[in-house]
Amino acid sequence: MMTFASLVERFYAAMAAWGIPWIVPTLIVMVIVVSVVLAYISVAAMFMIWWERKISAHIQVRYGPMRVGGWHGWAQSIADGIKLLLKEDLIPAGADKVVFVLAPMVVFGATVAAYVTIPWAPGLIVRDLNIGILYMVSISSLVVVGIIMAGWSSNNKYATLGALRSAAQAVSYEVPLVLSLLGPVMIAGTMSMGKLVEAQSGRWFGVLPGWFVFPQIVAFLIYFTCALAECNRLPFDIPEAESELVAGFHVEYSGMRFAMFFLAEYANMFVVSAIATTVFLGGWHGPWIPLPGLPREVAHGLFGLVWFQVKCYFLIFVMMWLRWTLARLRVDQLMAFAWKVLLPISFANLIVTGLVLVLGKQALLYVGGIAILLLAAILLAARPAARTVRVGERT
Amino acid sequence: MTLKLGIFYFLAAFTVWAAAVVVLGKNIVRAAVALIFGFCGMAALYVLLDAEFLAAVQVLIYVGGITILLLFAIMLTSRIGATTARVVNDQVILSAMAAVGLLVGLIYASTSGIPAMSGPPRLPETTPFLGRALLTTYALPFEAVSVLLLAAMVGAIILARKE
Repeated sequence: MMTFASLVERFYAAMAAWGIPWIVPTLIVMVIVVSVVLAYISVAAMFMIWWERKISAHIQVRYGPMRVGGWHGWAQSIADGIKLLLKEDLIPAGADKVVFVLAPMVVFGATVAAYVTIPWAPGLIVRDLNIGILYMVSISSLVVVGIIMAGWSSNNKYATLGALRSAAQAVSYEVPLVLSLLGPVMIAGTMSMGKLVEAQSGRWFGVLPGWFVFPQIVAFLIYFTCALAECNRLPFDIPEAESELVAGFHVEYSGMRFAMFFLAEYANMFVVSAIATTVFLGGWHGPWIPLPGLPREVAHGLFGLVWFQVKCYFLIFVMMWLRWTLARLRVDQLMAFAWKVLLPISFANLIVTGLVLVLGKQALLYVGGIAILLLAAILLAARPAARTVRVGERT
Repeated sequence: MTLKLGIFYFLAAFTVWAAAVVVLGKNIVRAAVALIFGFCGMAALYVLLDAEFLAAVQVLIYVGGITILLLFAIMLTSRIGATTARVVNDQVILSAMAAVGLLVGLIYASTSGIPAMSGPPRLPETTPFLGRALLTTYALPFEAVSVLLLAAMVGAIILARKE
């Protein structure tokens, strides 16, 4: 919304006219923005938790929460939240207290910090950094640090195992994740989130919307796979793995500290979906009409806001759908998949994209995409069939 | 300007504190955690110097990659409860000489100035400039560093695989 930025400008001007130093209005704006973001995160996470329970239930031919609040148990998350708030906060006797207390804060703080560069609607972005996408990826990588801190400080072997797995997984999947984002960045020639969305305003061949998902379908698939791994979602949830590690890194956490991990997990799902929406799915772009009685920019902004949310929640729905459809991968399969499949394909994608950009034929982007898909298919098909490994045998 | 200076002193103190914990801490995992805070402080200092790209890469590579690998290695090698690691080795004279030399160099550089420290060039956006410089003027050093890293990687694999 164009009015958002002008509103802030007017506020600054008014404060300056009253002779108040600029630091005061800046701090006021910061506090308001952070409050709005935190409120959004809490409400969205509560909704997503309820939604996930409903989706999982319907996939398993159940109803899920039905009682609390009346209509389809909509108040279940609120009840759970109140319960978690009132629970006793336990710190294990053998735990490293400083690190134990710090860990949920690091996880939650890193997740919230990533919301700074989410482009919600035209002109509605907290700060459109010119390294926006890089900032988001790097700040979200801090989440893993918090997970390792939590796992180690709990002084519990299951928690430590979860932390170890999380470290290995994060380091492996971060490489293809960043490489897959480079393709659209190369096409758009910018890393700013706002400009990336604006670069997708055109149309491919006059028919398809100008989203980067069409020429960069391979990059999108790689990104989404790696994003699942970054969020520790199934089939990549080996750091938590209820059935073998109890709950992994947060097994010793209770009450509000546990709730912070939970909240951060869902907030992080929204962050990775927002990145995918911005970079691949055209962000706020979508059909819109001027609303009667509203200025054009405001109507455009409102439609943009809705389109962005729709795309994000569709991706979140796909993540939940996958969680209740696929089985968990084994640790060695996970590593082999990242290094032997995802990494070569993302490099191939990068090379083809660069070549086509240099040669300067837009249509070639499609040819390149198809070529990479074929290559990926050949790579996958040419892999030797899975060998049965006897217990104790080294591979 | 004074606010920026205040922020700088706060960040500098924070970074030095984190670095001191890394060097002097007895608990090796805590030292690694403090290293993360130190790297974040460094990244914030880069932002203050208008080098946002460097700051983001600092967090992505050093915090998101190297420190995590470090923690990974620590957890795999030593016992989890090991809190009595030796933090000081016996090279007192050598390290004192290196520290004093570095201090003298830094004082000389910041009082009389050396050509390499002539303040950052004013650029509207550093990222395209960095990319162009790395692929044109500084292509050879860049490639040399890549080869060095490759050699280090091969060496690490050979050292690790003793079969």
